[in-house]
Amino acid sequence: MTEAKMKRSILARIVPQLTSLTRRGPSGWMVIVGIAIVSAIIVMTAVAPWISPHDPNLQVGPIRAPPSLGFPMGTNQLGFDMLSRILFGGSIMLEISVLSVLICFLVGVPLGLFSSYVGGMFDRGFSLVIDAVYAFPGLVIAIAVAAMLGPGVINMALSIAVVYIPSYFRIVRSQVLSIKELTYIEAAKSSGAKWYTILISYVFPNVIPSIIIVATVNFADAVLTAAGLTFIGLGVPYNIPDWGWDLKNGWQFLSSGAWWIITFPGLMIILLALGFTLVGEGLSELLNPKLQR
Amino acid sequence: MSEVLKVEHLKKYFPVQKNVLEQLFTKKKSYVKAVDDITFSVKKGEIFTLAGESGCGKTTSGKLIVRLIEPTSGKIWFEGTDVTKLKGETLRLLRRKIQMIFQDPYASLSPRMRIGDAVGHPLKIHGIAHGREREKMVLEVLEKVGLSPPEQFVRLFPHQLSGGQRQRIALARSIILRPEFMVADEPVSMIDVSLRTTIIDLMLSFRKELNLTYLFVTHDLAVAKYISDRIAVMYLGRIIEMGSKESIFLKPLHPYTQALLSAVPVPDPERKRRTVELQGEIPSAINVPPGCRFNPRCPHKKRECAEKQLELVEVEKEHFVACLLY
Amino acid sequence: MLEVDSLAIDYRTSRGTIHAVDDMSFSLGKGETLGLVGESGSGKSTLGVSIIRLVPYPGVISRGEINVDGESILGLPEDKMRSIRGKRVAYVFQDPMISLDPVKRIGEHFVELIRTHEPNTSKKQAFERTKTVLKDLGIQSERVNDYPHQFSGGMRQRIMIGLAIALNPDLVIADEPTTALDVIVQAKILDLLASLRKTHHMALILISHDLSIILERCDRIIVMYAGHMVEYTTSTELYRSPKHPYTQKLLQSIPNIELSDQRLTAIPGSPPNMLDPPRGCPFWPRCSYAMEICPNKKPPLIDVGSNHLVRCFLYGEVGVRSE
Repeated sequence: MTEAKMKRSILARIVPQLTSLTRRGPSGWMVIVGIAIVSAIIVMTAVAPWISPHDPNLQVGPIRAPPSLGFPMGTNQLGFDMLSRILFGGSIMLEISVLSVLICFLVGVPLGLFSSYVGGMFDRGFSLVIDAVYAFPGLVIAIAVAAMLGPGVINMALSIAVVYIPSYFRIVRSQVLSIKELTYIEAAKSSGAKWYTILISYVFPNVIPSIIIVATVNFADAVLTAAGLTFIGLGVPYNIPDWGWDLKNGWQFLSSGAWWIITFPGLMIILLALGFTLVGEGLSELLNPKLQR
Repeated sequence: MSEVLKVEHLKKYFPVQKNVLEQLFTKKKSYVKAVDDITFSVKKGEIFTLAGESGCGKTTSGKLIVRLIEPTSGKIWFEGTDVTKLKGETLRLLRRKIQMIFQDPYASLSPRMRIGDAVGHPLKIHGIAHGREREKMVLEVLEKVGLSPPEQFVRLFPHQLSGGQRQRIALARSIILRPEFMVADEPVSMIDVSLRTTIIDLMLSFRKELNLTYLFVTHDLAVAKYISDRIAVMYLGRIIEMGSKESIFLKPLHPYTQALLSAVPVPDPERKRRTVELQGEIPSAINVPPGCRFNPRCPHKKRECAEKQLELVEVEKEHFVACLLY
Repeated sequence: MLEVDSLAIDYRTSRGTIHAVDDMSFSLGKGETLGLVGESGSGKSTLGVSIIRLVPYPGVISRGEINVDGESILGLPEDKMRSIRGKRVAYVFQDPMISLDPVKRIGEHFVELIRTHEPNTSKKQAFERTKTVLKDLGIQSERVNDYPHQFSGGMRQRIMIGLAIALNPDLVIADEPTTALDVIVQAKILDLLASLRKTHHMALILISHDLSIILERCDRIIVMYAGHMVEYTTSTELYRSPKHPYTQKLLQSIPNIELSDQRLTAIPGSPPNMLDPPRGCPFWPRCSYAMEICPNKKPPLIDVGSNHLVRCFLYGEVGVRSE
């Protein structure tokens, strides 16, 4: 009884928020479309075991067959059904991006909060280290870390996280530096709050909007970086259906005319990244004017 | 009446940031002498005002007393105990007794905290009340500041309320701990005129009801006259005149005080202005004029004024001035 | 020289239309001082800025007329309007910290201003005029080559005023010219405005939330509340016999430094939310004299004699001036 009530109340809070977004002009629509795309992909991946026509890892048809009624997206060189592979293939991407965002959040945000609040030499030294990492091209770091750690979902998530933690750190730090001087922090101090209480109850909630924006960019970039890593062979083993793997696999068949093997996975990757990007862009437009006012 | 707060030779100097070249080539350290040796005491139940223009050090003094800033030197006594160097848990206990209200109602509440949580947070910090009991205390105190019915306000966010309401919430938050001493830093200067009296009246009623003592900081002398018992006029980090409300306003002795009072606008179109003309502007607190810091602008200045460092002298009962004229 | 008739200004926002100014009519003669007093949301700044047609987006002047020296300025093309701005009607903005160009010397500010509006002036002539203005402002003419950040707040505000009067305009509108300043500097600035007014024969509109300043310095006063003119009369008349309940309460709530043992009274409630203002008379929720008609109908401006207009049903509908 209470669980149903809880579900209803969550929905009750989300639905009016979403509908109010429609009234916020083009940026509101960007957010809605973005959320729709991402949700659709998540749902599709979740129900894949039930709606997939074939096992994505079995030869079920002729090899390199172009799209037809039986195989709407064709088959690859091993006779696997591309449509089934598309339906299942998003899961790796989603896992990796969610994991990397989680790691970044759990590591980057507290570091940023702590370092900038404490200030002084510690902050300066630490920021220098972070800036050094930030200065490196992201893909290069990801490749280096992935090569060191080896294949696997968690390792890929880690290598992407290393690239992104500096961004979280910097955004959090710049926010904290300006919030630190605000009157409500002084008020909290004069009430006797300890430093970690101030960080958690007063600073962190006001930093969240900017983190959300970084997080959505993080998601989008994680998807693309994961695809990139798999493409150069640092990703997951072949028997797990994955768009990135299909991308790498399908590359060799382009010249021989079997365009469908690479195109559909490629489109899905772009679509997923696009969904996240739309949410991020839309949110940053929505949140910023409010901050200005 | 006993002394609740005593401040002795309090100083706060802020070091001036030097650029790279200056750091390499000059050994000289320069300071912003925000508060430069002030001494005063506040009696229980009274409203003591630090008045002055911007840069005189009144806000810094308020923050020093609440220990938001650490003094460069000097002592602060609260209820007979030296609290200047308190740290850690004892400082936190002190904070329950001394609270502060800030000038900007728009910045003194966290935009992402609901009113109920914000007002109740001091209780949480000090582990005083929990759950139901804390809720009850929050509702009680909101009712006290005139936000009725309090249940309506508890779930709101600050941006949903007006400046006057927000300042009342800030007030509620500071009295929920039942403090004994309150530092009020320009509490009404950023609020609409029609709402100021409400806040001032609330503060006065709390003095009676909760036996509060106030240190009031303001540049608005008309408000200072309305609510103060005693006033200290500050200029460039020092107190130049101090006395009861009556003595300061009826018989201002220091030339600066006289000029200040004559410049205050009076809501009367038929009043003839008797403005005391002052030359120049308030100098920077880094290069403080030698001797009496007011002397460059003083209409009565003499040669000796730039030579001696002046102390407050009791000219009549409880009325102190730092000026060679006396 | 200035005539405003039934002016209405709205802000068309995504959350609704805000009627920032509603049905304002007044006039100002040469050399007169008019005070606009009101709190946040009263519309006084919007009104001030509309006279030089710089109402910021999404504001529009939706109704009414503004005439400068008999000529309507609402229909003027932008280039003609620009020649009026600065030359005939000048505006002093509220915050001198951000209104001056930090990379231009003070002298350059003036020279540019003079030569834009009077292109036949040589650089030398413009420079000479600048020095004269600076002298009037009490700023040493050697400082003409300094940058804005080298001046204090009070001096920067004086420079803003100087820029406003440099071209000898017929009207100067000063929006909260002293709010950010200390009381001694404030008195100096207001004295400066008064003396410049006399020597240059300018009309002055002073906008402020500080009723004390307005009463001290203005000939006539308009009290604004929620975009409406609620009282309009001379300053002596307003002080001696305030008619609108808001004005009365306002006068009773400001501390007067010359009185002892004052009993200040508070005005209950809060200034209205301009997105959803009260119906009928905007002040009725806070008015101790509110009658049955007040929430239902907006009171017209009523002439109560001796050049005194009030927008309140307490004074009947005798001699209705406008609706």
